[in-house]
Amino acid sequence: MLTLKQSRRLNTLVVGLFAWAVALLLFFPIFWMLLTSLKTEIDAFATPPQFIFTPTLENYLHIQDRSGYFKYAWNSVTISFGATALGMLIAIPAAYSMAFCETKRTKGTLLWMLSTKMLPPVGVLVPIYLLAKQFGLLDSRAVLIIIYTLINLPILVWMIYTYFKDIPRDILEAARMDGATLLQEMLRVLLPISKGGLASTMLLSLILCWNEAFWSLNLTSSNAAPLTALIASYSSPEGLFWAKLSAVSTLACAPILIFGWISQKQLVRGLSFGAVK
Amino acid sequence: MATTTTALPKAPASNASPQPAERRRPRLAPSWFLVSPSVVLLLLWMLVPLAMTLYFSLVRYNLLYPGEKDFVGLENFHYFLTDAGFIPGMTNTLILVGSVLLISVVLGVLISALLEAADFAGRGIVRVLLISPFFIMPTVSALVWKNLIYHPVSGILAAVWKFFGTQPVDWLAQHPLASIVIIVSWQWLPFAILILMTAMQSLDQEQKEAARLDGAGPIAIFWHLTLPHLARPIAVVVMIETIFLLSVFAEIFTTTSGGPGYASTNLAYLIYNQALLQFDVGMASAGGLIAVVIANIAAIILVRMLGKNLTEKY
Repeated sequence: MLTLKQSRRLNTLVVGLFAWAVALLLFFPIFWMLLTSLKTEIDAFATPPQFIFTPTLENYLHIQDRSGYFKYAWNSVTISFGATALGMLIAIPAAYSMAFCETKRTKGTLLWMLSTKMLPPVGVLVPIYLLAKQFGLLDSRAVLIIIYTLINLPILVWMIYTYFKDIPRDILEAARMDGATLLQEMLRVLLPISKGGLASTMLLSLILCWNEAFWSLNLTSSNAAPLTALIASYSSPEGLFWAKLSAVSTLACAPILIFGWISQKQLVRGLSFGAVK
Repeated sequence: MATTTTALPKAPASNASPQPAERRRPRLAPSWFLVSPSVVLLLLWMLVPLAMTLYFSLVRYNLLYPGEKDFVGLENFHYFLTDAGFIPGMTNTLILVGSVLLISVVLGVLISALLEAADFAGRGIVRVLLISPFFIMPTVSALVWKNLIYHPVSGILAAVWKFFGTQPVDWLAQHPLASIVIIVSWQWLPFAILILMTAMQSLDQEQKEAARLDGAGPIAIFWHLTLPHLARPIAVVVMIETIFLLSVFAEIFTTTSGGPGYASTNLAYLIYNQALLQFDVGMASAGGLIAVVIANIAAIILVRMLGKNLTEKY
């Protein structure tokens, strides 16, 4: 007969083993990608797959010569940061007025913004493609910045709105009493209080822009192509360079993975439109 | 003293000596011009391309024959709806969305319940490992699965199959849609886990303890306490995932290109194929509008079911 304590301990052990097994299974593709990136091309393609091999950093050392990695990475960086900055600039004032100057229409507007996310991108693919072509923006970073700003705007407004909602109104009113203008109120009072919330909103926006792969594949070819497009170019039949592909992929995913790990709690709030905190 | 002198001139005249009644009232004036950039941009983003799609869908317009733009009525819709790819595209879209939703919600609930069941060693690491796939970009996950896992000669699954003495399967050729469902589920299950795990942590532990003392077994607690608590987060997961799953594209683009035949073509890929590979703007636009209609039907159903869940809190 087990005592209560013993049975609890056994329970913990079984649950733990099971959870670890599931986690390792789900993480395996990522682990395998990392491992493959440290192999030579011959080892990467070997049958059966090699778990023990002589690791090499060769794929990382020559990443620039072989794929022009930095051009794509730079495109990803500028597009993601550009769209995030622009998005925050537009979303913060909107969230401010919705949170602090609520009117009858605020809820409706918020839901309407959410509903624009329901518009499937293929529904507007043709006109956006033709408009971009018309304005000479095809394969430019500007067009992706504009589109990413617009597709992420509802999420940014919602997320910032839920953070602003948590701020006591009295603080803002006190500032107003002291004669602060609207701009001062926003810059000197609101922004310092909601730093954390705004930072995680920006992080979410960066993650979404970095990983976006519908518009980047359809609207760019070489000049403005971000990392998502570089990696897609390995899908062609002649692209059987698994070790190189894995190295490029690992580098492309690592920063976002780390961002995600750091901010998982805050991301839940943004991704669930504030419904789960 | 310095601050008052600088701040005073800037203060608007009306604010200089506010009436007590006005003081409590929220500032209404700045409201509209702060919201309007977002609203106007989103309106433009919706209306301009949609109007153009509507127009293109009614004319014969192929980029290979630039001069021609005759009004053809509903001909494009007729062609799109009777296209050999439409029925498979439609069914594949529904199968893809339905099965990924089912997999991610059911497994998501079970896995997050497992994580909450006991405080085992390394729980934090397990959590991080579980949510990681969500942060991998779609083209990377598609290619890692295609090359390193599904590949019929050097993939991991081929090795496992050989180990058990059976013939390795060419997954993407023989079961293209199922293979894509697995890739997409692998990306979205972590999202469900992330949301549901956080929601479960907010479940009142005392309530659970009380139920346990009353003699409720773990299954009864899960069924009567945990699941009802999860109604709202599950609604959120279903809603957000539906939005993204209706337009899965990169995973198909980089693995099967919709094939073989139309076996793994969804609506998004079909329309892309019409527009940018066959240059038939008219027909692609008709398809685009049909995709919008389908998304709207899904949206109406979802908002009816779940919309209340999102706003009632505010």
